[in-house]
Amino acid sequence: MCEESVEQCCIAIIAKSKLIPADSVTRERTFEELEIDSLDKINISFDIEDAFHIQIPDESISNLRTVGDIVDGVLRLQQHAAVEPAGSAL
Amino acid sequence: MNRVVITGLGCITPIGANVSEFAASLWAGRTGIAEFGLLPEAVEGQNGIRFNRMASVFGFDPDQHLSTGVVTATNRTTQFAIVAARQAAAQSCLMEHYAPEDIAIVLGCSCGGRSSEEIETAKLYYRNARVHPLTVTRTMASAGGSHISIDLGITGPVMNLSTACASATHALGTAFHMVRSGMSEAAIAGGHEAPLTFGFLRAWDSMRVVSPTACRPFSADRDGMTLGEGAAMLVLESLDAALARGAKIFAEVVGFGMSADAHHITQPQSDGAALAMKKALKDAGATPDQVAYINAHGTGTQANDAVEAAAIHKVFGDRAAKIPVSSTKSLHGHSIGATGALEALATVLALEEGRLPFNVGVTTIDPEIKLDVILNEPRPGFQDSGEPDREIALSNSLAFGGLNAVVALRRYRLA
Repeated sequence: MCEESVEQCCIAIIAKSKLIPADSVTRERTFEELEIDSLDKINISFDIEDAFHIQIPDESISNLRTVGDIVDGVLRLQQHAAVEPAGSAL
Repeated sequence: MNRVVITGLGCITPIGANVSEFAASLWAGRTGIAEFGLLPEAVEGQNGIRFNRMASVFGFDPDQHLSTGVVTATNRTTQFAIVAARQAAAQSCLMEHYAPEDIAIVLGCSCGGRSSEEIETAKLYYRNARVHPLTVTRTMASAGGSHISIDLGITGPVMNLSTACASATHALGTAFHMVRSGMSEAAIAGGHEAPLTFGFLRAWDSMRVVSPTACRPFSADRDGMTLGEGAAMLVLESLDAALARGAKIFAEVVGFGMSADAHHITQPQSDGAALAMKKALKDAGATPDQVAYINAHGTGTQANDAVEAAAIHKVFGDRAAKIPVSSTKSLHGHSIGATGALEALATVLALEEGRLPFNVGVTTIDPEIKLDVILNEPRPGFQDSGEPDREIALSNSLAFGGLNAVVALRRYRLA
């Protein structure tokens, strides 16, 4: 699990995956601007699932457009996991 | 240059352990895609895989076909290759009519002996156990060709091509060029693959391109591919030699085209696929107007089917929407390096029997693709159309990494 905030952790994962400075990754940046293609999205989602111990549904990945979408999605999945029994996040 | 014809067919697939079974499933629309349940390697009762269907070859017992020594030395993929090659060679009476050195073997296999590699690696990494001494020979992707050559006594050129999902089509096209040029008098061409291992399934699961339901090529609600396994082999020889020895001719191979997208490791691009189709037609000395059927790569992913449809429109223009298209992956699944051979086999059967295979599982054809997708039942084709020159079928293979291969086949008629 990330020690920092969800947002900081997501940004760090994206920056590491794309080999770009973390300060260039902000909530508002779109994947298009950051040159994140479909394969990058799969890679980043994989790392985020590991970091937060969550499972991101396929349909959610295809709807991701911005860094903020990822952060909000992680928060939603975490909330869902908090109120549902383990293993039902999907 | 020689005209090249197909005089022998063999296969072992999820929809049939020989060509007659395969054909029966093809025409009945009987799919080999089924639920696979809990895998032996599952951890704590969970496969950890989002999908639960694949297309397996059920009931294959290598001991029924091969000596104990060969079974011990080989992986399932090679066992498939030997069995399918024997069927094709026997049907064509290949070994009775050609000197061993005049026959080539050109195969497609992308994954090699995947299960042997995974099992031995797991033993080594987690238990520091000794690695089986035949691991190397079980896992090398060229083992299929080697074992066929040993089994049948073939001493001509033998090679394996590995171009992911286009491997077998690259192999068939290469063998076609070898026989057409006279480099080899005859060839066994095809593909084999047995990649349905725990690690492979988990790897594809992580890519999120496998259907949680079943492969439905060109359907508006398609949601991915379905993995498969198997082998298919075709015997190629010159028309003159086949006629001289009175061999049964199933179809003629007339063209082969290859291209690379030079674009992306997973995202296909229509220009590359279109280029391969154009090159296959040029190689055949044919025009787009002569094509009467396309056996599409048709994986059932959103990206492939949309891009392949766009490529077909680029090649065929106004006629694109009128050419019957189907993807037999909805029946036999996607067997990676072997799939092009299974699809070439389906296309040869279509040409020989004068009817076209159909897609299963399609709910509504994706309106964006604007193709004539064959649904529900086989459709008459290649005959009685009043268009005697329209007797060419294309079999497309569009691999990850943008490697495209297309073979053009033609209905054979006695002159």
